[in-house]
Amino acid sequence: MTMITINGLNVWYGDGRDHVDAVKNASFEVAAGESFGLVGESGSGKSTILRAITGLAPNWSGTISIEGKQLSHGKRDREFYRRVQMVFQDPYASLHPRHTVDQVLSETLDLNGITGIDQRVSRLLDGVGLDGKFRFRYPHQLSGGQRQRVAIARALAGEANIILLDEPTSALDVSVQAEILNLLTDLREEHNLTYLMVSHDLPVIGHMCDRLAVMKDGEIVETLTVDSLRAMRAQHEYSRSLLKASIV
Amino acid sequence: MMLLDVKDLWVKFPTRQGLFEAVRGVSFSLGKERLGIVGESGSGKSMTGRAILRLIRPPGIVEADHITLEGRNLLDVTEKDMREVRGEKISMVMQDPKFSLNPVMRIGDQIMEAYLVHNSVSKSEARAKSVEMLEAVSIRDPERVMRAYPHEMSGGMGQRIMIAMMLIPNPQILIADEPTSALDVTVQRQVLDIMDKLVKERGMGLIFISHDLNLVAEFCDRVLIMYAGRIVETCDANKLHDAKHPYTQGLLNSLPRFDQPRRHLDVLKRDPSWAEVPSVKGHT
Repeated sequence: MTMITINGLNVWYGDGRDHVDAVKNASFEVAAGESFGLVGESGSGKSTILRAITGLAPNWSGTISIEGKQLSHGKRDREFYRRVQMVFQDPYASLHPRHTVDQVLSETLDLNGITGIDQRVSRLLDGVGLDGKFRFRYPHQLSGGQRQRVAIARALAGEANIILLDEPTSALDVSVQAEILNLLTDLREEHNLTYLMVSHDLPVIGHMCDRLAVMKDGEIVETLTVDSLRAMRAQHEYSRSLLKASIV
Repeated sequence: MMLLDVKDLWVKFPTRQGLFEAVRGVSFSLGKERLGIVGESGSGKSMTGRAILRLIRPPGIVEADHITLEGRNLLDVTEKDMREVRGEKISMVMQDPKFSLNPVMRIGDQIMEAYLVHNSVSKSEARAKSVEMLEAVSIRDPERVMRAYPHEMSGGMGQRIMIAMMLIPNPQILIADEPTSALDVTVQRQVLDIMDKLVKERGMGLIFISHDLNLVAEFCDRVLIMYAGRIVETCDANKLHDAKHPYTQGLLNSLPRFDQPRRHLDVLKRDPSWAEVPSVKGHT
């Protein structure tokens, strides 16, 4: 079953003189339980695709379907956000600075109409490898890796099965990156999650994903499996140059 | 030839929990070479770079036996003379061009200012020199860039402009603090090539601060590996992958490798004793 279907997607920002086509005619599918990567340099439109799916970029055309259901151009409903959640790049900016970890998670659980919040919060923290003592801390009392764990716990709170990951480890040290990537690998198996992951770091995508799309200037230049990329079977010039720059 | 010699450098910050020691007794020297300093965030690598330029303000405390540049101890230099050292002798390129360029000043004016402060020449001469410098960092349309404001530039362009600005007074030492971390891999390469070329042509010393081990291994001549404010290991950059210290090995193993897929990445296991061992001397 396909979880995410993107067909002929165009996304643009601004109008008139400032009109920018951020994504041009992008199409791909992500199967259930699959991990799909989007790579490209900054400004290539990879994050914009995630923003269009979650409704953060309202100007789009084409079709986006989640579990076979086409999304409308209006506001996403509760049901959508229960299924689809996003983890952002900068853990320093994506958590409310004046809410404790407990507040962040309880609010999410409450919004999803989940009962037994107290137990669920501790179970969520446990699931992302955070000790109970972090529950009543504020974001500034946590390290970058710990914050990203909280953001992942928040994404999992509503029992979402599709997680959009927007450069989840770019702001972290390599040693912390390894911990977060391992956590994401384990969670995917445990909860049978579908990942759509954006990164400029090809080795990270290679580690996490089964298939990937290479983007350049708003267009998908190539969609291929990680194995064939690894075997140097990339067709497009740009994918090859990216591969060359990533292997040391 | 030795350009810079640092002996027993400490950087401390008073906090409510007592004195926090960000750099703890670091010694190293710099010749006409590319010296990499690597470590995680909080290892004290940036503070080392800033301390050399005396950019750490009170209540921060900088102590050292000496930081010697051309036989002069920078710790004894007056603040007024220090202004001449900054830029003219030692320049610094910071991580994010967005925060290091003045947002309300045209790029041309900023570069010209950097030149005029250190040289008494006419404005038109400074302008010609600035355009020339922008060309040296491979900016295609320097006249347009001179007129532009920083927000009109991409990250890679901004960083090249910063490098142009830092190199225009012709310093002997360039300290680059994560100069390419905010850039894409493909742009990263261009910026590094430009820096490499300029360093070689001018015979400068470069201190390259980065958390990216592979980048440093490829780009530098010599590497200092910092952990908890101390140098735990020093080696030739091309031998970084044979590093002995478990911390360095741990960092290298925690990187995903495209050619060697595995299910789980190795997680760095920290040994408290690493922080206790005295700093290794980073002299050639």
